[in-house]
Amino acid sequence: MENNPLFRSGHTACAGCGQAIAARLVIEAAGANTIVANNTGCLEVFTTKYPDSAWGVPWIHSLFENSAAVASGIEAALTYLGKKDSINVIAQGGDGSTGDIGLQALSGMLERGHDILYICYDNEAYMNTGVQRSGLTPFDTNTTTSPSGASSSGNLRPKKPVPEICNAHGIPYVATASAGFPQDLTRKVKKAISIKGPKYIQVHVPCPLGWRHESNQMLSVAKLAVDTGLYPLFEYENGVLANRRQITPKPVEEYLKAQGRFKHLLNNPEEIKKIQAIADNNIKKYNLRLEA
Amino acid sequence: MFGPLNVDPLKSKGVKTGSWRTLLRPHYLHKECIACRMCLMICPEGCVHGKEKNAFWADYNFCKGCGVCADICPKKDIVMVVEESKGEEK
Amino acid sequence: MKEFVEGSHAIAEIIKTCQPGVISAYPITPQTHIVEDLAQLVANRELNSQFVNVESEHSAASVVLGASATGVRVYTATSSQGLFYMQEVVFNIAGMRLPVVMTCANRAISAPINIWNDQQDSISLRDAGWIQIYAEDNQEAVDFHLLAYRLAEDKRVMLPVMVCMDGFILTHGMETIDMPEQAKVDKFLPKYQPLYKLDPVHPVSMGLLADPDYYMEARFAIQETMKESISYLSEISSEFNAVFGRDYKDLLVEEYYTKDADKVIVAMGSVCGTIKEVVDEQRAKGKKVGLLRIISFRPFPYARIYEALKDIPKVAVLDKSVSLGAYAPIAVEIKAAFYGKKKGPKVISSFVAGLGGRDITLDSVHEVFRRLNAKEVNSNFIDLKPELLKEEYGE
Repeated sequence: MENNPLFRSGHTACAGCGQAIAARLVIEAAGANTIVANNTGCLEVFTTKYPDSAWGVPWIHSLFENSAAVASGIEAALTYLGKKDSINVIAQGGDGSTGDIGLQALSGMLERGHDILYICYDNEAYMNTGVQRSGLTPFDTNTTTSPSGASSSGNLRPKKPVPEICNAHGIPYVATASAGFPQDLTRKVKKAISIKGPKYIQVHVPCPLGWRHESNQMLSVAKLAVDTGLYPLFEYENGVLANRRQITPKPVEEYLKAQGRFKHLLNNPEEIKKIQAIADNNIKKYNLRLEA
Repeated sequence: MFGPLNVDPLKSKGVKTGSWRTLLRPHYLHKECIACRMCLMICPEGCVHGKEKNAFWADYNFCKGCGVCADICPKKDIVMVVEESKGEEK
Repeated sequence: MKEFVEGSHAIAEIIKTCQPGVISAYPITPQTHIVEDLAQLVANRELNSQFVNVESEHSAASVVLGASATGVRVYTATSSQGLFYMQEVVFNIAGMRLPVVMTCANRAISAPINIWNDQQDSISLRDAGWIQIYAEDNQEAVDFHLLAYRLAEDKRVMLPVMVCMDGFILTHGMETIDMPEQAKVDKFLPKYQPLYKLDPVHPVSMGLLADPDYYMEARFAIQETMKESISYLSEISSEFNAVFGRDYKDLLVEEYYTKDADKVIVAMGSVCGTIKEVVDEQRAKGKKVGLLRIISFRPFPYARIYEALKDIPKVAVLDKSVSLGAYAPIAVEIKAAFYGKKKGPKVISSFVAGLGGRDITLDSVHEVFRRLNAKEVNSNFIDLKPELLKEEYGE
């Protein structure tokens, strides 16, 4: 890992960037025999500004929404060359490029059954272009295109359930992970790589700039998202819920207090109740409550 | 004719992001370290190196001073101290 | 071996001899028969290719981009709306210098929706950085695909090539074609040796962010390569002639009785067959007319056009496309070839015909010659039906 860094220092991510942590863990878990197709976004921009590249593995960026399709082409070429069994293919992108503009390409890739691992780095907005709201922005979040104001409490739509959408395609493995749980993420990537077929892992990655918290709070914010039930960590294997991280649920207010993007909710108990309901729903749906 | 196109990572120098630090830097106390490697795992820059107990260190050429390593250390063996000089080599 | 086949089938057969590793396409009339035939060849084990059935043209182009970047020969085909849907990937492929070969079965652009032939689709993408060559008949369409791979994969070029053939007219027309044999194809077209590829043995990063300090040189390099390709086209045409015995000269233009002509029509694609018939008939009557057929639209052969037409008093440019709000696309280029030069036609008139598949008949060509007189006209529509036009909107 250190002699041949697959994700090199010297990239220009913000200090404490959750996505940088996750991307590094992902590629180190996948190993040197991996080809990566990357969507446009923070990760692509801060790792590959000509003439620098942070990637020690073969890496390609094409457009904003097509890494799943580009990876499909890479996978087909490797199959043609007879090399697919010894080389992993990863397609990755942010929440916007995966769940919004790239949903079609992702769906096609899953439906065709390519042997590709798709990683979605979910920082819950279009961060690279200035914190605009995406389909995966949670309810009531303050973003630049869903700002809170006199007539709005922020983003008025629920978070698009992309892991569920992927699971509905009947693929062998779907998981959620978090930058706050690095060993869990590594385990899930290694597990996914060992399975043949399309896999999807969505990683919750705090963005200190967009979420407005201190860089050294990255871990605690990520953990609170999971411990409140707002970001359940689970694994689907062949369509069946096989695993989830059980929690002793903390009140959502602790999570909201820790970030500037929810500041407008702190004196709004009505909205906090709605968010608590979302968390309670997740707890019920995925059976997250840790029995004493 | 070809222009700027692809990059060989081995020829890539990267940016000396250690110069970004203005407030704090991580100080590795080397007292209670149990070599759990969490600091090495969690660093967004991948600039923490080490193998043995009490022998982990951050490469200050690249460390941005984010403080996540200090936050994750289970033994509180990494503390954030005021930045003195920038880009000093180990 | 001579075969009497549908154009689309001939294309599938020639692609089979080129042995691409990955084929990916999305169905759109009138390209469908090409990819259907290729799918059958793969299913019959006659062609060892990965055939990827994608969910959109954007993904079809992305799949061949990824596969080409992995160092494998690729193929795709599309038309009209499909080409437009993949437009950003098309520009991307050229910018990334990947030798993709695509068949564009030329079809009109919506709206209104129309599935019949004109050249608005490929011409609208003339700025993409793809080499574009236009076939007059199916023999050319077949041969041009071999030339396309040879040119695209040339280490001095590494640019994608679009082979344009008129939809329905050529794709669904049946002609006798001398189908190149595998042994001769192997002689003419070497195995693809990528200059760069995605391979863990030698990692490389592709598609980086180029800020103002770097971007311009990347684009300049493509422009220079396009200019250089003008001579490479002649080079590979000679190589092709040596192996297959068909001479496409410089692959830039075809001069048909232009030497002493008083009036010359400039055109591109299958309409040239019709124009040649009128030229023959007129020449038999002693009229000095000719046709300058453009084969390579990108790179545009300005110098060659100048040489061919500088002594011709009257030139009519027949566009099967239109640049709404400006002069027609080919006409603009022809005029530019003469601007500021010592010699040139006294009149360069521009005509638009055949949009949305409206037939360009022998009479239409006669009409062009008739309207080509001392008074220059611009974007003059041939065979227009004025009864369908009204000044005010009403049901």
